[in-house]
Amino acid sequence: MKTPTGHRPRLRGRRDLVASLSVVVLLVACVLAGRLLLDDAALRPNSAPRLLPPGLEHPLGTDHLGRDLFTRVVKGLALSLGIGVLTAAISTVISAVLGICAALLGRRVDAFVSWLIDLSIGIPHLIFMILLAFTVGGGIPGLVAGIAFTHWMSLALLVRADVKQIRDAEFILVSRGLGRSPLFIARRHVLPLVLPQLLVGFVLMFPHVILHEAALTFLGFGFPPQTPAIGILLSEGMAHISSGMWWLAVFPGLALLLLVLGFARLGDRVRAVLDPATSNG
Amino acid sequence: MNARRPAGAVPVMPRLILLRVLRLASLLAGVSVLAFVLVRNSPIDPIQAYIGADVDLTDEQLAKLRERWGLDRSPVEQYLAWAGTLLRGDFGTSTLYKAPVTDVMGARFGASLALMAVAWTLSGVLGYLLGAVAAMHRGRLADRVVSWYSYTLSATPAFWLGIVFLVVFSVWLGWFPVGLAGPQGVPAADVTFAQRLHHFVLPAITLSAVGVANIAMHTREKMTDVLNSDYVAFARARGETGAQIFKNHGFRNSVVPAVTLQFAYFAELFGGSVLAETVFSYPGLGSTLTEAALGGDVPLLLGIVLVSAVFVFTGNLIADVVNAAIDPRIRRRA
Repeated sequence: MKTPTGHRPRLRGRRDLVASLSVVVLLVACVLAGRLLLDDAALRPNSAPRLLPPGLEHPLGTDHLGRDLFTRVVKGLALSLGIGVLTAAISTVISAVLGICAALLGRRVDAFVSWLIDLSIGIPHLIFMILLAFTVGGGIPGLVAGIAFTHWMSLALLVRADVKQIRDAEFILVSRGLGRSPLFIARRHVLPLVLPQLLVGFVLMFPHVILHEAALTFLGFGFPPQTPAIGILLSEGMAHISSGMWWLAVFPGLALLLLVLGFARLGDRVRAVLDPATSNG
Repeated sequence: MNARRPAGAVPVMPRLILLRVLRLASLLAGVSVLAFVLVRNSPIDPIQAYIGADVDLTDEQLAKLRERWGLDRSPVEQYLAWAGTLLRGDFGTSTLYKAPVTDVMGARFGASLALMAVAWTLSGVLGYLLGAVAAMHRGRLADRVVSWYSYTLSATPAFWLGIVFLVVFSVWLGWFPVGLAGPQGVPAADVTFAQRLHHFVLPAITLSAVGVANIAMHTREKMTDVLNSDYVAFARARGETGAQIFKNHGFRNSVVPAVTLQFAYFAELFGGSVLAETVFSYPGLGSTLTEAALGGDVPLLLGIVLVSAVFVFTGNLIADVVNAAIDPRIRRRA
């Protein structure tokens, strides 16, 4: 069969990686610059005309308190990025620890970890998150706990499978024969080998984490109502759509979509370069 | 497929189902413990949530309430008491609705189930077909459209898609009402089926549109693997047409993972319905869950969490069984 990918797939993969990485870096840089440079005054109710459609002075229009939607969206994206990095990092660490433990510490631990994974997969993501947010009592800690403890399962399974493949390799058997502890083996021999997998997992987790943060916030958990988080912008905007103020509900979601799309693409490209065997397209 | 079932494979199925059911029972017990522990450790006081913030009670009255609710006993005792009543089918009393949790859930479960069933079927069939078409036309326009659609949809916040649909179809075009399972101000008994359907379409479309992405992308990859295999190359060499290849080789090999995936999708579906129901103010289990968690209604929250877990586990169980029924290799392995 003729493949439409051209005759230098590897080079093409690199070029795509660079392209999507530039897009993401550019987006993130814009968001961070906006967070630093844009005036906080736009976040408070002010004398600007209310419910203004998108125009020159307010590129995305203003909301029911005269606040500039563009400023609020940029700040919201910055919040999403922050929560995203934090929760994806915690999730990655959890999956690394559990995955390596399951593969190295014998059958009992392995059975327990896989039971735990099945259990966590069994409660729908969003409902588990709501439950955790409820436990912590809502607010930002609830948001972080809810998201961080619900996204580790699939990566833990991958890590476990990877480590199982290498745990009988000669260098590990030698190390064990020399009396090294499992902790030492995990740190010195196993961790460096699964690090690419963890990196890919982290980047691929990122879009999910950001989307779920917005969903939880939209439902009323997480950020307090004055915060310009995307979920809150959207739930406020929803109140105005029946009177025709579509921009309040459409633009924040569109901005989030672009950010998530950028990261999803980047994740796929990183996987394609680091691990060409499992990626398909 | 029954005709091809090899002799001796039949007794394997009951054993497989039994093993799975036992595992599910242990998982369900785990979920109940986990949910109970999590909810008990919440700083939200169930008694405060029940009586409301504006009512002042003396310490004596509070202690009496605690005693009546069993909150003065040890956590293990509390859990066992709660689990005992659960096994008898009693989920407790919802503090928000002041009614038995089973009644509150029962009234909404049907609405949620209808929504999810339609979305599940639509997204499964449509997603599989789109994925298959994309793989068979890999690199051409159809493939690019399907890939682009799936990619974008999997990055779209489901609830935002619902909002956009509301803006376009309800506000601009005026085809559909803005939310609710029936027209406002009309008693539930007087709502006709057509009206119900009218209010049902947008949430169902939203849920389906999101669900298509996942299954289409996976089917595309699976089907591509199949089409790149030696046996398909040989079939091509024998002169089989595209449709024949799909029928003889592609369908069976790619429908198994698709079915598994679609049953495993139960969890995502439930989460999606929470969001869709909230956006369209559709009175289902999902929007009730949000109310329960925000209003500190512990019995209702626990009830819905358990129901959702049963729902997801059932999905996984069916996936295993259907897989074994379609694919003899899995049956032999079990």
